[in-house]
Amino acid sequence: MVKDKKRVGYIISSIPTLYLVTFFLIPLVILLSISVSHRVPGAFYEPGFTMAHYARFISGFFGEILFNSILLSALASAAAILIMFPFTWILTRLSRFVQISILICILAVLSLSEVIVGFAWSTLLSKSAGISNLFVWLGIVENASSWTPSFTAVLSGLIYITLPYCFLVLFPVLSRIDPEFNEAAQTLGASPLKAFFTIIIPISRNAILASYIMGFVFTLGSFLIPNLLGRPQHWTLTVHITDQTIYQANMPFGSAMAMFLLFTAITLVWFSQSLLGKKE
Amino acid sequence: MKFIRNVYIFFIITILLSPIFVVISVGFNQKKSLRFPPEGFTLDWYTNLWFDEAWRISIFNSLSIAFSASILATFVALPLAYSIWRFKIKFSNLIYIIGLSPFILPPVVSAIGFLSFWATLDLYGSRLTIIFSHGVFLTTLPLLTITLGLRSINLEIIDAAESLGATEYELFRSIIIPLITPYIFSGLCFAFVLSLNEYIITFMLVGFTVETVPVKIFNSLRYGYTPTMAAASAAFVLSAGIIFSIIAWRGNLLKLLGVINER
Repeated sequence: MVKDKKRVGYIISSIPTLYLVTFFLIPLVILLSISVSHRVPGAFYEPGFTMAHYARFISGFFGEILFNSILLSALASAAAILIMFPFTWILTRLSRFVQISILICILAVLSLSEVIVGFAWSTLLSKSAGISNLFVWLGIVENASSWTPSFTAVLSGLIYITLPYCFLVLFPVLSRIDPEFNEAAQTLGASPLKAFFTIIIPISRNAILASYIMGFVFTLGSFLIPNLLGRPQHWTLTVHITDQTIYQANMPFGSAMAMFLLFTAITLVWFSQSLLGKKE
Repeated sequence: MKFIRNVYIFFIITILLSPIFVVISVGFNQKKSLRFPPEGFTLDWYTNLWFDEAWRISIFNSLSIAFSASILATFVALPLAYSIWRFKIKFSNLIYIIGLSPFILPPVVSAIGFLSFWATLDLYGSRLTIIFSHGVFLTTLPLLTITLGLRSINLEIIDAAESLGATEYELFRSIIIPLITPYIFSGLCFAFVLSLNEYIITFMLVGFTVETVPVKIFNSLRYGYTPTMAAASAAFVLSAGIIFSIIAWRGNLLKLLGVINER
């Protein structure tokens, strides 16, 4: 009887599993094999085994790009957590209706295509329609100017797309914090601000670190923001992967970089999930 | 204190919504420019989305891909989530992780993985490729929501049904499905919205053959900005907002986002 039941389970899960293996795992295996194959200029690639693409990636010019990408993601994710942590905490203490209305906004922003975010930010930072006009109007600066493309533009765009993402990682953890912690602290005479810094932040440090890492991986994968808001010297690893694959027709090199990105991401995500798991 | 808190909340929401606000407004510009605040007022750019054939085609492309891919993703996720929960099959953890990974890993990696896969099969550029690949990419969302729904089922109901002699099929059909329908529906909606907005996979697989709205916006960015792009973006944002409001209204949004002990 029990065996029969299990058999049903295998039968109904077999097709979806096969689907995921065929259309997700096999592509990654193909990618891995392309990353060690020989490049044929003008054509696709030729099977073989070489580590040349990985070696090229670690050295010189691309090492710098890697450093640049890591710096951007590290900064953007840190800023996003700083902005979003207090916000998420306050939100979890508000009424259900307010929470849901704000959640709808945040989800809408999160699902926003990066194309639209990039387009919106390049408008916001432009000379004709940008915030600099607001500053002129306020009398802070004299003349309107364009703030894009620049490093700051890329960074602020990345921070923006990471905000709702950080929120989504932090929200469930913070809403499970028992309100009694806070009440106890306040009965003992701590101000809400003091309770926030001495109780809420320490007890959620794993969640903070986990969402920092998730935010980092998320920004590392951003393609359009650096592409639309930055100059070529601000391009990140993701932009170069796309550039090599599509425009330079160097599939093996693009694949090698993608493999590197994949393993970095897997390691980091695994680490952050073990942090979140530890808490429970 | 309370005042400062409200100002802070308001400030963050303003930052989050300001790009959306700007995009919606510049779509009202009378001339073909992206002035903000807009000069003059016209709805032409918004109606242009429908009357300009290229934009209309891209809207239909986006909708048909999102529709097929999100249904596919849900049909993949439902049996997986159900057999992991109900039959505790072997490797269920591994299968679950494989189901979650396409969405958590950097999309560019999946994108060129898909690209090399379809190129190897010599199907590069066909519309089916994007539906199948989006189906994989988005499986994560219904898988998460349906698993959440299944975990919230009171196991006593299942025991009762079993002791009354319900077969596996009857149990699934008349007890499980009604209980998890809101979760299936939300997973489907999340997948639909994200497929509509997805850029990098679409660009790599069918960027030069099937133009979806995000691809079209990106392509138009190179040839200069027009308010139609703003109108298209605004329409997308609004539709996402409407779909999430429907989820919140029909289902339990807080629970979907992982809030367990709701007060």
